[in-house]
Amino acid sequence: MDCNRVFVSKVKRLTIVFTLLIAFLSIKIDTFAQVDSAVVPVDSAVAASAHAVSGEHGTKAEHGEEKFEPTKVIMEHIADSHVWHLWGHTSLPLPVILYTPNGLEVFSSGNFHHGEHDYNGKYNNYRLEEDHIKVVGADGKIDEEASKSILDFSITKNVAAMFVAILVILVVFISVAGAYKKRVGKAPKGLQSLIEPIIVFVRDDIAKPNIGHKYNKFMPYLLTVFFFIWFNNLLGLVPIFPGGANVTGNIALTFVMALGTLIIVNINGNKYYWKHILLPDVPFWLWPLMVVVEVIGIISKPFALMVRLFANITAGHIIVLSLISLIFIFETLAIAPVSVAFVLFMDVLELLVAFLQAFIFTLLTALFIGMAVEEHH
Amino acid sequence: MELVTPSIGLVFWTSVAFICLLIILRKFAWKPILGAIHEREQSIDEALNKAELAKQEMARLTSQNQDLMQQARAERDEILKEAKTLKDSILNEAKKQAQTEGAKLIEKAKIEIENQKKAALAEVKGQVSTLSLEIAERVLRAQLDDKTKQEALVANLLKDVELN
Repeated sequence: MDCNRVFVSKVKRLTIVFTLLIAFLSIKIDTFAQVDSAVVPVDSAVAASAHAVSGEHGTKAEHGEEKFEPTKVIMEHIADSHVWHLWGHTSLPLPVILYTPNGLEVFSSGNFHHGEHDYNGKYNNYRLEEDHIKVVGADGKIDEEASKSILDFSITKNVAAMFVAILVILVVFISVAGAYKKRVGKAPKGLQSLIEPIIVFVRDDIAKPNIGHKYNKFMPYLLTVFFFIWFNNLLGLVPIFPGGANVTGNIALTFVMALGTLIIVNINGNKYYWKHILLPDVPFWLWPLMVVVEVIGIISKPFALMVRLFANITAGHIIVLSLISLIFIFETLAIAPVSVAFVLFMDVLELLVAFLQAFIFTLLTALFIGMAVEEHH
Repeated sequence: MELVTPSIGLVFWTSVAFICLLIILRKFAWKPILGAIHEREQSIDEALNKAELAKQEMARLTSQNQDLMQQARAERDEILKEAKTLKDSILNEAKKQAQTEGAKLIEKAKIEIENQKKAALAEVKGQVSTLSLEIAERVLRAQLDDKTKQEALVANLLKDVELN
């Protein structure tokens, strides 16, 4: 389908843009680091001279607040975490579940005291370093070999936020389903009338035109994907607990979603679909090339889905946080109205993006399913 | 690139959570919701179809009614027309009859008048003749009072007879 080609090319463009953004950010980290190292000596020199001139100034410089690093703050938010930061110095400790070669280890991340303390587990000693759990050797240093052998199945901030979203989804949809049972054949009411048009939209504008008459079989998957992504996107926009986690902007989640699409598309592919891939209608000498291209095509479609969702949501979070960071970079309240205005604008835009990305993911999944189950005559 | 490396824990929990969500929602949400929506849509379709049919029936009945009305009106018109012609013909006939009757009456009256006239004339004639006879008698009597005059008259008459 032509539609698909257009989408794939768009995804490629987006991927390039996002790679550039990541590259830019990583360069920025270096420059900031350089600037910091350049600034600190000056500061210390000034402090020293000030100290020499007057004791009062010196003490002020010593009490000076820690340097604000926007890249670090933003990356900390974008990445996953073992604690859920609530406000100020208050955080919610989350359970740590480690799969070690000797067995499972379960303990609270509060034991790390924000990475300041090591935790003596049943089998190993653990240390939280840059939000990664590492095994500490007998010499008090990190044992990289042993660290690689443990698998981290912790309920991290993203997992917890995802559970919250799932809880919300379950409450909403089971109550809506109850409303349908209670009011059989009547007009929708309340939450039901809010949700019903969206369900009908997914059915009539996503599933039916792209899949055709077999759409009914795929409706549960499409609806679940749509609302799962949408609710997670929306909760990600809520700045306070239990929202604010970058769940759909995490590559692991989008990877699972895309993997689901990959599996559901390929196990439902009919003989025409597989013939198109394995025995394409080309001259024999092109055959090896075409099969490779087609097999790459199978992978690239869900890959595009994975990257698109991840990049869009992460980019939104980065922009909002960057705008907020401006206040702290300029260290003035005067910039706050500008920042807030821009953040407001971005948040409204992100509301649209939240819906749009859920829509596009579902639409493309439906499109791929439609291509796989299409009957050729 | 830590940002684009999926972590095993999140992949695991997402898979588990998503599959559970899919199963639970499919059983407890999508099935009843989609079923209810489908059913309602069907019932709405049905109702609309029924309404359409009723509308058609209504239109049919209305047109039938109109036809009936038109027919009735035409019939009425015809009846009125017939009545009018009938009335006209009756009137005409009556007029004609009246005329002929009148003419007859006039004729009769004329005849009567004629007869009366004739009778009157006859009577007048009779009276005139008796009157003239009386006058003549009186005149004669007066004339024939003396003997000479009578003899002269007889002689005269006889003279006439001789002439004859």
